[in-house]
Amino acid sequence: MSLREALGTVLDPELDQPITELGFVSSATLADGHAEVRLRLPTYFCAPNFAYLMVADAHDAVLALPSVSSVDVRLEDHFAAEEINAGVAGGAGFAGSFPGEATEELDALRTTFRRKAYLASLDRLAARLAAAGVDPVGLPLGAVPESPELTSLLRRRAELGLTRAPASPLLLDDHGVPIDAAEAPLRLRFARAVRVSIDGNAGLCRGLLRTRYPEAVMSDLSS
Amino acid sequence: MYEKDGQRYFVVDSHVHYWDGRPSNQANRYGEGFINCFYDYHRNLSPESELWSLQDFWQQSEERVLHDLFEVGYVDKAIFQPTYLTDFFVDGFNTTEQDGALAEKYPDRFIVNGSFDPRDGEAGLDRLEALAQRWNLRGVKLYTAEWKGDSKGWKLSDPWSYRYLERCQELGIRNIHVHKGPTIYPLNRDAFDVADVDDVASAFPGLRFIVEHVGLPRLEDFCWIATQEPNVYGGLAVALPFIHSRPRYFAQIIGELLYWLDENRITFASDYAIWTPRWLVERFVDFQIPEDMTEYPPLTTEVKKKILGLNAARLYDIEVPPELDAAPAPDGAVGSSPKVPA
Repeated sequence: MSLREALGTVLDPELDQPITELGFVSSATLADGHAEVRLRLPTYFCAPNFAYLMVADAHDAVLALPSVSSVDVRLEDHFAAEEINAGVAGGAGFAGSFPGEATEELDALRTTFRRKAYLASLDRLAARLAAAGVDPVGLPLGAVPESPELTSLLRRRAELGLTRAPASPLLLDDHGVPIDAAEAPLRLRFARAVRVSIDGNAGLCRGLLRTRYPEAVMSDLSS
Repeated sequence: MYEKDGQRYFVVDSHVHYWDGRPSNQANRYGEGFINCFYDYHRNLSPESELWSLQDFWQQSEERVLHDLFEVGYVDKAIFQPTYLTDFFVDGFNTTEQDGALAEKYPDRFIVNGSFDPRDGEAGLDRLEALAQRWNLRGVKLYTAEWKGDSKGWKLSDPWSYRYLERCQELGIRNIHVHKGPTIYPLNRDAFDVADVDDVASAFPGLRFIVEHVGLPRLEDFCWIATQEPNVYGGLAVALPFIHSRPRYFAQIIGELLYWLDENRITFASDYAIWTPRWLVERFVDFQIPEDMTEYPPLTTEVKKKILGLNAARLYDIEVPPELDAAPAPDGAVGSSPKVPA
């Protein structure tokens, strides 16, 4: 795995897309086992908790490469860059990086957004099935034809620790509880709202990044 | 008032500013970062013909505000929403007093809202009362991501916030505009989460909570809450400019809003001076849901009239010329479309 591929495994937890495709990696170099990575975000005031997760995940993903013995990941042009960079480099954790301002680590936040990403993937798959005239209600997972949308849904189920058994219902909510037929229309409607929201946010972030860093167009197009 | 194809629209711009973002007023790098961030929103989402220089964006003259809103912007009434940011700007970014000075000169044109910060404790309650009396407040704008010393924000459900909302109720301040930002206490929580709006909307059924930017970037959570709470409204500031840059996305936003809420609880706003109302009004009146998006019903002229002005006029008891008014709306919010399981 290359440095760029390693960084490609890091997702923006809020947008559910790789930071490499979003254009958030402004540079990444590897020389003599030392990796240097520079990250940038769409605004100076992007939420510090999500920013921290991306810096920390990038740090861990790069350091896991056999060819890397030391890593320096730095977020730039951000109001909390100093605290985040120092905290990640020193292994202080989020609460340790923001003493007095944070009460816990970011696991709960990450899970909240994995649940949203799962619901969005459910909407995409349901839309594909609807286009093919297939009713998702009562459908077991094993009866869903192969598709990129199904792969994406399965990955998100795995991230959340939800079942992927072929006999399990396709319509599982984001806590793994089966959605009954009566509730299905409304729940699927909500999944759509989640998908619209995430897609919209990703579009806005891409646009703002291009406005802030016009040269980011290239890395954006590579996605 | 805007007129097109024989239809006349009463326009209330329910979110405007009269700010000072000049370097001379920036207290630190955060103030500079804040106005630059606004400017990037302006640059990213405006049509090319509407782009301003950064210098023009820093501050607008009285003449320019009047021109942009009323001379060419079709606005009948504009509502000032203050954003204090006193930790970022020496004299504040956009205070009630700054807005009020203009509102007092043109009382037929402007409504001025105030603000409160629950971290000001007992002393702040007295200040809110004085502010309400001085400016005859009907509404407040709350920015939960505002920094104050070591604190990077608050929640509507904080105990002191309840005290302030109780006081608003006593003072006749019924319109509570809520604006979420990127920080909050504690920082490990999602700062954009609108769950606290749910709590206070249930606790204060006599108040109206207008969630600015229709909850973006948490549109889905806002919709879910607004479906259940009839006193929750959505302000379209920031969402509207997508009508130019990403019209299909705008169609989805407005489609979702009309599904989860209803047409009586969505209000037009330019967020002036980030954007100007003229092109937003023109484009909104011309806008239609793309035909292939069959999941959303078409936007009717009646719905557009309500969103552009009649809904906000009802919230603020603004007199609408009878020939511009729609069929009488029910008092307060009507029930929502979908039934949500408990």
